[in-house]
Amino acid sequence: MQHSVSIRDLSLNFGNVKVLEHLNLDIAQGEFIVLLGPSGCGKSTLLNCIAGLLDVSGGQIFISGKNVTWEEPKDRGIGMVFQSYALYPQMTVERNLSFGLRVAGMPKAEIEQRVKRAAEILQIEPLLQRKPANLSGGQRQRVAIGRALVRDVDVFLFDEPLSNLDAKLRSDLRVEIKRLHQRLKNTMIYVTHDQIEALTLADRIAIMKNGVIQQLADPHTIYNKPVNLYVAGFIGSPSMNFIEGTLDGANFTANDGTVIPVGSYEYVAGAPAGAAKAVLGVRPEHIFLGAEAEAMPYKAQAEIEIVEPMGSETLAWTKVAGIPVTFRCSSDIVINAGDKVTVGFDIARGSMFDATTEERL
Amino acid sequence: MADTAVRMEDGAGVSTRPGFLSRIFLHNLSAKFAALPMVITVLVVFVGCTIWTIYYSFTNSKLLPTGKFIGFDQYERLFATSRWNVSVWNLLAYGAMSLVFTLVIGFILAVLIDQKVRFESAFRTIMLYPFALSFIVTGLVWQWIMNPTLGLQGTMRKLGWDWFSFDWIANPKMVLFALLIAGLWHGTGFCMVLMLAGLRGVDEEVWKAARVDGIPTWRTYLSIVLPMMRGVLVTAVVIIGSGIVRLYDLVVALTNGGPGISSEVPAKYVFNYMFSGGNIGQGLAGATMMLLTVLIIMIPWAYLEFGGKGRR
Amino acid sequence: MSQTATMASTPVTGSQAAVEPSGPRPKPFFTPKKIILYTTLVFFSLYYLFPLYVMVVTSLKTMPEIRFGNIFALPQTPNLDAWVRAWTSACTGLTCEGLAPGFWNSVKITIPSTIVSIFIAAVNGYALVNWRFKGSEVFFAILIFGSFIPYQVMLYPLVMITRELKIFGTLQAVILIHTVFGMPILTLLFRNYFASLPQELFKAARVDGAGFWRIFFEIMLPMSLPIFVVALILQVTGIWNDFLFGVVFAGTQNYPMTVQLNNIVNSAQGTPEYNVNMAATVLTGLVPLTVYFVSGKWFVRGVAAGAVKG
Repeated sequence: MQHSVSIRDLSLNFGNVKVLEHLNLDIAQGEFIVLLGPSGCGKSTLLNCIAGLLDVSGGQIFISGKNVTWEEPKDRGIGMVFQSYALYPQMTVERNLSFGLRVAGMPKAEIEQRVKRAAEILQIEPLLQRKPANLSGGQRQRVAIGRALVRDVDVFLFDEPLSNLDAKLRSDLRVEIKRLHQRLKNTMIYVTHDQIEALTLADRIAIMKNGVIQQLADPHTIYNKPVNLYVAGFIGSPSMNFIEGTLDGANFTANDGTVIPVGSYEYVAGAPAGAAKAVLGVRPEHIFLGAEAEAMPYKAQAEIEIVEPMGSETLAWTKVAGIPVTFRCSSDIVINAGDKVTVGFDIARGSMFDATTEERL
Repeated sequence: MADTAVRMEDGAGVSTRPGFLSRIFLHNLSAKFAALPMVITVLVVFVGCTIWTIYYSFTNSKLLPTGKFIGFDQYERLFATSRWNVSVWNLLAYGAMSLVFTLVIGFILAVLIDQKVRFESAFRTIMLYPFALSFIVTGLVWQWIMNPTLGLQGTMRKLGWDWFSFDWIANPKMVLFALLIAGLWHGTGFCMVLMLAGLRGVDEEVWKAARVDGIPTWRTYLSIVLPMMRGVLVTAVVIIGSGIVRLYDLVVALTNGGPGISSEVPAKYVFNYMFSGGNIGQGLAGATMMLLTVLIIMIPWAYLEFGGKGRR
Repeated sequence: MSQTATMASTPVTGSQAAVEPSGPRPKPFFTPKKIILYTTLVFFSLYYLFPLYVMVVTSLKTMPEIRFGNIFALPQTPNLDAWVRAWTSACTGLTCEGLAPGFWNSVKITIPSTIVSIFIAAVNGYALVNWRFKGSEVFFAILIFGSFIPYQVMLYPLVMITRELKIFGTLQAVILIHTVFGMPILTLLFRNYFASLPQELFKAARVDGAGFWRIFFEIMLPMSLPIFVVALILQVTGIWNDFLFGVVFAGTQNYPMTVQLNNIVNSAQGTPEYNVNMAATVLTGLVPLTVYFVSGKWFVRGVAAGAVKG
């Protein structure tokens, strides 16, 4: 199958600073890809390169099979939605949507039809004669999406489109973008630093750090089988608990001497021979309490230090193998700081990383 | 429980409130005292002197402002004086040209500089330095350059280009353009700086959106960026406009109103009648007309700027 | 997955250029657009630089050289005679003492005017932001509006007021006038600056029991260096370049440099000495030019700040 967007060996330098390095990425037709990472990781830069707003230093970009490395943005078959919406403030919504088409000299009837369709899809018909200043943040964002929509393109690029909205609106529009994708079935490339957005929207997530894609996989894999320590720590809130120690056969010895059985762990490429420094990672929701903990391969007595009730669930802090760890339990379970409890987990659901390469074992 | 809380608050209030109150009172006193120069300036100079001038422009004051009320006589005389009418006409013609050219050149220069040019700061420095100089210096340099025999014209003719003519300061029909060249030299850099600040203030993502939409650069400047700079444009117009009405030093230095009275301006007319013409009433009437001109510029602007959204 | 393998596996639709687009977009250094851009910029630069060049070059020539040479030519034997004459012995109407007295008059006017006007405006701005009293905003609005009133409107009554105060024709009168007319823009500058500072600082100082002047001197002033620099540039160049107030209020003895310069050039008797005139012009422009070139970005900030009225 032809890839919708292909990035081949892409590099970008600003002077001596390497922003992107030999980056490869293939995106299938109709796929929703999220570029996720902290600010400064190069995710927006990559998006701007795909859009043609930044000139690359090396490599190629293909969109719908066409090499567009040297093309102007308008000729690449893309539409783009910006964080600040970037609406033209002095034009009405209708003119904002149609401006590009009018400049391109498209027949009036066709323009009208496209604007009408976009307005209908986004439910902004009543707003067409308003100016951006008279719209709410959510409405502006819809208009910005509409401007991409009227271009009738195969690829949509979103540059942190929801970052300027408040939390409530953000979750509403998130659902709408998902619905839009299901309806249009366009390829969408979406940049965000919000992992919830990434996990909920993406078919595949590309986690980036220092201009390099760390892991490209579906949300489930990213969450459950992170390829390295960075991805494991970045995804998940509260983040994964890490215990450092030495791995030797079926046993993991934490730095304080606690022995944790790891016989049930499924290695990526077989267990390392001999003893090796390793990091064990367990997500907060995979640590169990009381009766459930009793059934786990590893269990220990622990004292609850801090309890954070979150409503639907409760977060608790304790110490395992001398290291502070968080775990998550149902809010039905009543626990208090100072309680002595049994905690336990099964490493089969956790992760292990090489302490030196930080790669998943 | 509630009672004790209230009582406690009261207790705290008794111990601090009187001191607090008197302190606020005293502080406000010293604030008022500190603002006294401003209050005096406003009341005496900006309000008082203006009203005084308007009032005495209706008198027949000659050497001293003691004359009796004579209604609009001074104004009738003013508009019957060819020197005043030439002044007004000059100001209108010069003002219109100066405003348009300053804005257009300032905008074009700002757009050019905005094209990520090399040596940007050098270009900016070169364009703005005349603004640091006084109108007197500006006028005198250009007077020398435009000197018909030894300046640019003389030089070109000596070089064999006999047809070359640049005698604008000696030519009543062209003298306004001479003023214009010097005025633009002085002020366009400033306008450029304003416009550039406006251009740079435009959200970068708007530019990106326009590029994705396939809007040509010139079209983006005209249809999107320029309308977004409304605030800067209005500011520029007001500043250039109020500068034009005040036009005085430049004329004194470059042409001193000549040749004849062909480059007179109202500010100079007023000045001459007040301080050497011995007819204060005339001067004051001229000054009042200048004020009226400024009001005609200012009121629409104030309305546009503050009328819609209320006071800031 | 080797690089060549992925390239080959990518289906490339027809009509590609001979060279597969890869890496940075080719950008020829000389495009018509760039040529037009730089030509226009250089052309305008020449317009702006030409007078400065002519001014300096002429001031270094002798009169015969000026009379028979051309205005573009560099001086054959550059000499500073004209500069010396302009400074010490050029005639400004009645006296022939050169520009030196005018220079010192300008210094005597500029320094106190700058200090007084900035201090008063800083206090005004501070009071307007942090110590609002009834009507303070009204006074401020009139002040700003007043800055657009042509000076000629207020000139004559001010002459009468300064006469009443017995300071007409003295340095005090000019200083007073500069303080008055500098007040709107400077007050605006300081008001906007103080308003941009975190108000919690002021409140904290109040809670600590500091009063009007103590907060001003110990909290506000130490944080206001940038705006003082801007105000300083604005006032030094503005007051130095003033002509009108100097000629009206200073009195013949105290004429500032601009007035003296205009007298040297425009009311000189006999044959004009263009080299001396230009030397005098350069000398008069030297102070603001120095301020301009030394302050660099700050000057731009100053004029931009001065521009953002209302």
